[in-house]
Amino acid sequence: MQLRKNKTSGKSDLVRAMKKNYELYLLFLPVLAYYIIFCYVPMSGIVLAFKDFSAVKGIWGSPWIGFEHFKMFFSGPNFVRTLVNTLRISIVSLVVDFPAPIIFALLLNELRLRRYKRVVQTISYMPHFISLVVAVGLILNFVQRDGVINDIIALFGGERIAFMSEPKYFTPVYVLSGVWQEVGWSSIIYLAAIAGVSADLYEAAAIDGAGRFRQLINVTLPSIMPTIIILFIMRVGNIMSVGYEKIILMSNDLILDKSEVISSYVYRIAFGSAPNYGYSTAVNLFNIIINVTLLVTTNYICGKLGDTSLW
Amino acid sequence: MYKYKQSIGGRIFDVFNVIIITAITFICLYPMVHVLMASLSSPSMLMKHEGLLLWPQGFHGAAYKAVLDNPDIYTGYMNTLVYVFAGTAVNVALTVVAAYVLSRKKFPFRNFFNFIVVLTMFVNGGMVPTYLTVKNVGLIDSRLALILPTAISAYNVILMRTYMSSIPAALEESARIDGASHFRVLLSVIFPLCKPIFAVITLYYAVGNWNSWFNAMIYLNDRAKYPLQLFLREILILNETNSLMNANDSGIEQIQISENIKYATIIVSTVPILCIYPFLQKFFVKGVMIGAVKE
Repeated sequence: MQLRKNKTSGKSDLVRAMKKNYELYLLFLPVLAYYIIFCYVPMSGIVLAFKDFSAVKGIWGSPWIGFEHFKMFFSGPNFVRTLVNTLRISIVSLVVDFPAPIIFALLLNELRLRRYKRVVQTISYMPHFISLVVAVGLILNFVQRDGVINDIIALFGGERIAFMSEPKYFTPVYVLSGVWQEVGWSSIIYLAAIAGVSADLYEAAAIDGAGRFRQLINVTLPSIMPTIIILFIMRVGNIMSVGYEKIILMSNDLILDKSEVISSYVYRIAFGSAPNYGYSTAVNLFNIIINVTLLVTTNYICGKLGDTSLW
Repeated sequence: MYKYKQSIGGRIFDVFNVIIITAITFICLYPMVHVLMASLSSPSMLMKHEGLLLWPQGFHGAAYKAVLDNPDIYTGYMNTLVYVFAGTAVNVALTVVAAYVLSRKKFPFRNFFNFIVVLTMFVNGGMVPTYLTVKNVGLIDSRLALILPTAISAYNVILMRTYMSSIPAALEESARIDGASHFRVLLSVIFPLCKPIFAVITLYYAVGNWNSWFNAMIYLNDRAKYPLQLFLREILILNETNSLMNANDSGIEQIQISENIKYATIIVSTVPILCIYPFLQKFFVKGVMIGAVKE
């Protein structure tokens, strides 16, 4: 009974459907306004990467200079330095920060003292709830020359180390403090995966004579492997995005050589002593392009591995 | 858990496990214990002390007096409370609305709206263009600069959208047939069913607002509007404790008590949070789970 639609009635269908749902558009209006003003207008500001910014002329009035900023970045010493620092900090984090909560979750799961287990969990989440500024304040205090860490080193007859004035110690301090901050919190997801493992598997393994440790290695670990793999791939996808907040808070001029990553470099050239807005935007754009490429790739891999994908 | 025979190997494993876990727990807990004990210690004895600190060295409350007398800490606390309450209110209101609209099954431009939101998770203008935008809309040095530019987190919208999508469409349809407007459906049908995720997202935003310092650093010049975290950065990281100290004290005493003041500042600014979070823990844990299911 439906009549064949021509072009005009198709259009009026759209209008009708929009009219029917006009409240949805009304509701979405403030959200849309937010996204336009604070996300898409700044996104259009990326053109700054190709312009010689002058405050008087504004973003759109400033002259175009093509790829000058990129040439400057890639040919200068900061490109290799910040890239290497970003990769080093990311990869060391991946090797140390990533397995830590898995091991913690596995051990915690083997703990038979129920009450104690709950107390341990609550305490291990605590560092996650200390604000970043305070956490970094604590870290700097603990690693200073007469801080607790050096006291312990001295107690065992070692030399006191000036952790925050020698560049080579930055990565270990950054990564190990990261373990302290997140080990408990990140273990939640693995504990949930472990809780989902069927008890039959353990029973079968026990009948076959597997001890506790064997069960942990041959039953628990393989069962949570899909979760581990997905989270690992996601971490790899983020390998070029080291957050700047902790870096900026922890770093100082003496160790900038090893502590400056791409994102904190973007900050320093924009808000440091000699601001260069265009150059900063260009470096950031380079970082965004790499990050998006990595994310799309890793998401593709996740999709291939199963029906789990990021979006 | 089922019962099985406990072998000797199993028992040794248990013992080691308890030892390792206790050690990890100690490392997680110790820094705050250290800070608490150090803040109560006498400055000169604290200087001489080496190694772990499990008990106050002497007793000295002057650092707390200095912190509580410091107008910065009070200003910071009050400002942060404003940012946390007002900011979180804006955050959750917009997030609920966005998630509701995006979780409706069919209406024109639905996919386009979704795209607009999701794209921002991957691409952003970056620090400078965002800063210039905030400047152009006249928010520099305004309290709104800490609320509006971070009003919506796409990640939280997606979390809530996923949750709302799982609510049977029949509920909405029957309400619509009874003549309810979308606004009414959201308020009376969908929202009451979203309370668990609502709690999670409210907490996520509140914690984010509490911890935030970077935007305040680049957008605010007026110290009267600084959030607590920015004052904490000055005191703990930039080592600017001078304003907190009594000008009459001698140099050495000043250096000594400045350490205590730092410790007392950490306690005053962090203990309230650490007292609250164990009670809210289950919501955060639930949030991690919901996020994981999405992934």
